[in-house]
Amino acid sequence: MMTDLTELTIAEAREGLKNKKFSATELNKAYIAAMEKGRDYNAYVTETPEIALAQAEESDKRYLSGQAKDLDGIPLGIKDLFCTQNIRTTACSKILDNFVPPYESTVTAHLKDAGATFLGKLNMDEFAMGGSNETSAFGPVKNPWSKNIPLVAGGSSGGSAAAVAAGICAGATGTDTGGSIRQPSAYCGVTGIKPSYGRCSRYGIMAFASSLDQAGPIAKDVRDCAILLKNMAGFDAKDSTSVDAIVPDFEKFLGADIKGMKIGIPKEYRVEGLDAEVAAYWDKAADMLKARGAEIVEISLPHTKYALATYYIIAPAEASSNLARYDGLRYGERVNGKSLDDMYINSRTQGFGKEVKRRIMIGTYVLSAGYYDAYYLKAQKVRRLIWQDFRDAFEKCDVILTPTAPTAAFAIGDKEMQKNPITMWLNDVYTVAVSLAGLPAMSLPIGLNKDGLPLGMQLIGKYLDEESVFKTASTLEKDAAFKRMK
Amino acid sequence: MTVDADMVRKIAFLSHLKIEEDKIAETEEEFNKILSWVAQLNEVNTEAAEPLVSVNEAKLRLRDDEVTDGNQAEAVLANAPQKEYGYFVVPKVVE
Repeated sequence: MMTDLTELTIAEAREGLKNKKFSATELNKAYIAAMEKGRDYNAYVTETPEIALAQAEESDKRYLSGQAKDLDGIPLGIKDLFCTQNIRTTACSKILDNFVPPYESTVTAHLKDAGATFLGKLNMDEFAMGGSNETSAFGPVKNPWSKNIPLVAGGSSGGSAAAVAAGICAGATGTDTGGSIRQPSAYCGVTGIKPSYGRCSRYGIMAFASSLDQAGPIAKDVRDCAILLKNMAGFDAKDSTSVDAIVPDFEKFLGADIKGMKIGIPKEYRVEGLDAEVAAYWDKAADMLKARGAEIVEISLPHTKYALATYYIIAPAEASSNLARYDGLRYGERVNGKSLDDMYINSRTQGFGKEVKRRIMIGTYVLSAGYYDAYYLKAQKVRRLIWQDFRDAFEKCDVILTPTAPTAAFAIGDKEMQKNPITMWLNDVYTVAVSLAGLPAMSLPIGLNKDGLPLGMQLIGKYLDEESVFKTASTLEKDAAFKRMK
Repeated sequence: MTVDADMVRKIAFLSHLKIEEDKIAETEEEFNKILSWVAQLNEVNTEAAEPLVSVNEAKLRLRDDEVTDGNQAEAVLANAPQKEYGYFVVPKVVE
């Protein structure tokens, strides 16, 4: 009996395909069966098995003719924020419930060109606004690590992280504005990287906060992240903030010696609310890197405590502007009214969920006449100081090690989180500053807490220095020896 | 700074959203909670800080001024809630 194909990493599956141990069609069928069996997780909002099988057939032809491409036949799940041509794309909102993009996002086009197959579209927080996947119009994703009570998968890329953890896709795309790849990766015991801002084209990804949004992969391990990121990144003239830089073969950096590398530990990250077990794993991770010859240095990021407030001005401001386009006129659900204004208001009021409306209104307020300087401009100035903090810190170290989130996954419908939106936002405490500074950062699983739930560590690199992140992460991954669920 | 009920109504209108009258007080309270939380930024001395708009502030690229796209009326209209004769249809806007 062949091993369960859905347990293979992308690198392993690729080897198996190349050596004709199984076909792309067999691999895809295994994942489709797993996807159907795993519907209880609510990870997929649109399943496209027929598309995956048609793509797999083409992949098999290329394997037979010796012309296989980098990701040929590898079954991926796509976050529902990426426009996929002729496949419904909703951003898990009600207002775009029936939206079928006539074009393809650059990132998914790259993946298709590399031969990847698409199993379907993955659940997420509505318009990527949320940290628990509970704002999705399709309901929350259930964390595959849940024991007695259903736990959140994190957000906003909750479907992506849960699907990878449960083995119902080989890898997934995610997007990260304030932690939306890293935090769900940590909660679900998988690996995810938000590359440097500008690495992956934003073209065709529904915009939330344009100066922060960045796509990246979520996968079973560090190597798979390297494989996927290489195939997602690259300059794109269609995105004005795309970086015209060579995309390295990230896999080459894996396993490289980290001797002499300086690992920074920010003293300001020992925040109130940091779980004792998370703190203990943080020390343990530093010890592991030290044992490999890295030098641990204390660093200071003095404006850390202001990152969340800065983020929750800038992100809603940009969102209020970006989401102005959803008005029921050219696409999406229309709710008629007496006048044009009524139609706009009715469509938006009925089409958007609570968290999205909250952020649109905050954003509208901080951008409105008389308040712009006090809030928005002030936040942009503090953003500069946060960015400068990292520049100064990287004078003393090569990579920064922090926890990804202050706690493990919490329960779906947690009362405290529901009562006060700020409580929910505090989960982003370790991830938002990195986003504001545009730096690459990866979350990888470090171990389980006493309740058997995964905890994640975050490695932050200098701008465009994914190399150091991958190098350090591959070493840490080896020593942590985290046992994947699938 | 705090907002009052009238301000909440004004922001809602600017956002093209409607808040039911019985939800105004709740929204006002929530808004003020958030505003008092973000007010912590006033502690930060930003006199010397230039606003950071985007982390890659490189000069925006220019491309040749030529037609690269077009003639896709059908695709553009494909998702329209209401369309006629190649146009989007909207409620009447002239009296």
